Amino acid sequence: MDTLLPVASGAHAGALTADELRELYSLMVAVRHLDTSAIAWQRQGIIPGYAPELGQEAAQVGSGYAVDTTRDFVFPTYREMGVARTMGVDMVAYMSTHKATWHGGLYNPVESRLAPIQAVVAGSVLHAVGWAHGQTLDGKDGVALTYFGDGASSQGDVHEAMNFAAVMKAPVVFFIQNNGWAISVPTEHQVAGGSVAARAAGYGIPALHIDGDDVAAVVEATRRAFAHARAGNGPVVIEAMTYRRGPHSTSDDPGRYRSLDEERDGAGIDPLERLRQRLLADGIADEAFFAEALAAAKAEEEQIRTGVQALGSRPGTEMFDLVFQETTPALQAQAASWREESEHV
Amino acid sequence: MSNSMLESEAVVESPASATVMSMQQALNRALDEVLADNPRTLIFGEDCGRLGGVFRITDGLQAKHGPQRVFDTPLAESGILGMSVGLAMAGFHPIPEVQFDGFAYPAINQIVCQIARMNYRSRGTMPMPITLRVPSFGGIRAPEHHGESLEALFAHVPGLKVVSPSNPHEAYHLLKYAATRPDPVIFMEPKSRYWQKGEVDLARHDAAGVSPTGAKVMREGRHLTLVAWGAMVARCLQVAELAAEDGIDIEVLDLRWLKPIDAEALAASVRKTRRAVVVHEAPLTSGLGAEVAQLITQSCFGTLKAPVERVTGFDVPHPSGDLEDEYIPNIDRILFGIQRVLEYKRG
Repeated sequence: MDTLLPVASGAHAGALTADELRELYSLMVAVRHLDTSAIAWQRQGIIPGYAPELGQEAAQVGSGYAVDTTRDFVFPTYREMGVARTMGVDMVAYMSTHKATWHGGLYNPVESRLAPIQAVVAGSVLHAVGWAHGQTLDGKDGVALTYFGDGASSQGDVHEAMNFAAVMKAPVVFFIQNNGWAISVPTEHQVAGGSVAARAAGYGIPALHIDGDDVAAVVEATRRAFAHARAGNGPVVIEAMTYRRGPHSTSDDPGRYRSLDEERDGAGIDPLERLRQRLLADGIADEAFFAEALAAAKAEEEQIRTGVQALGSRPGTEMFDLVFQETTPALQAQAASWREESEHV
Repeated sequence: MSNSMLESEAVVESPASATVMSMQQALNRALDEVLADNPRTLIFGEDCGRLGGVFRITDGLQAKHGPQRVFDTPLAESGILGMSVGLAMAGFHPIPEVQFDGFAYPAINQIVCQIARMNYRSRGTMPMPITLRVPSFGGIRAPEHHGESLEALFAHVPGLKVVSPSNPHEAYHLLKYAATRPDPVIFMEPKSRYWQKGEVDLARHDAAGVSPTGAKVMREGRHLTLVAWGAMVARCLQVAELAAEDGIDIEVLDLRWLKPIDAEALAASVRKTRRAVVVHEAPLTSGLGAEVAQLITQSCFGTLKAPVERVTGFDVPHPSGDLEDEYIPNIDRILFGIQRVLEYKRG
């Protein structure tokens, strides 16, 4: 499905360059290695839990690659590590949410252009609409990119957000990663009407239903959507079809709801391997480049792991100090009482 | 009405800046000034624009300040509040309206999980200066979900502040104050008082010129403190006048801020009167009256003459108009509550 008209301006149109494709590969390897390592961190007791994005590297890196961090803003859920890495977010600060250091992560969302991680699926979709409408009011040309999944598409907030965005012609790109599973519930028991993208027609929003495991297709679709929204034409829906190859989280057991055969059939070819084959076939990269990319990913992971391990607990006073901009007497009294009683332990 | 009350009112001189207006007019004027003072403020919600709101609180504001500053949204409360979060992230000060108290429920996820927590989640980098106006409480014979009292629910949520004005003067100053705060404030307007007129001193909130924070003594007394907010304050003032005929001297404390609650004002009043009755429209169980009673007990246990009494709505859904007068604390029920405290005997 492609109901988005070609953008006349031609902004970002055209095929990806060899440099861009190589950069995308390096990013995908870095994300893949960090993601699989994070599972190991959890097994080793370095972090208490993690929500892997194995198999979604093309969807995340490809869409994040289209973001202009000087003017756009991104609204994630809790499984957008690949997006954060692609945007250049401080990854120790990002992974701190999985270390249970601070719910939203320690990165500065304003400077990173990435809203704090939050766990109510579809909770931030409306925020993107509000932020985008703010761009219209301010006469700016930033675009809001909001992520959610096939499961979250069932939430009422998604429908309210699409309707609001369409009515207000807000510059929002709704990016759905349809990874086939909402924990244990497959898409066919989740999404009526054939696809999430099909619903966009009901709001008069153009939609792109794309192969989310083809990184070049994801970059191209997201760039087109950004150009459309940036030019004042209103929102776009992108549904990127991918597959959650791992568990929902490190606490999940997919063996209870899908067999290994089903998993293999559903997953298809690994998106990273697909890109590798393409780069080889096109003569854009060789084995030496791949080895170099993997070595860089390993070095990066080691650096992030060291940083995560070095994270201490935040001082308990932050529990009280960060609730309000203007604190209250009751909160001050509770903080004083906590301080006094904790000092006696 | 006691003669002393009439006399005391007669000798108070109105300041030159005082104007008589309804609470609807006072709120409208406050919003008009807020829009003029801060170009980042926005007013929006269902029917807030062209119509001026179903209660006309935003009447004329779109025409004066433009459709970008004052606008109608689609009919979806979660959308209105979720959008407010994004606008706040973009540096605006949203002043959304939820048309009636009961329609805040569809937006609870955005209010509780998002608005209340974003400052915390973002470690103070994304404040939520959102002033949510909610026409609240009962008393106008309205349909279901149009007469609810949600203050305990909101007050229980970390990250929210809650305030309710009791008269036009308070409405004007509390709204202007709330709409300049950097934190989310739920502004509960007592809809049954929208059309009651009163004197508003536009120039200053009080003689001392202090900000409208904390509680406010609306009537001084020696024998018992009535604690109330919103529409119940006027009713408690009526009760105090009736009680005065029997020689009972009642102090009426308008709590105003339901979060944070002014514990010091409660203590100061009840230390003097040694008796207290708290009055609210919301159901009894886990209502804010329990919080007030505990705060008073904490500070005044040694001097209290009787347990703090609560006169409240019942643990039933807010009833239809025909039964509203049975549900909302009326003068008789408040007087009975006062009597129970005055006649209390230990052991």
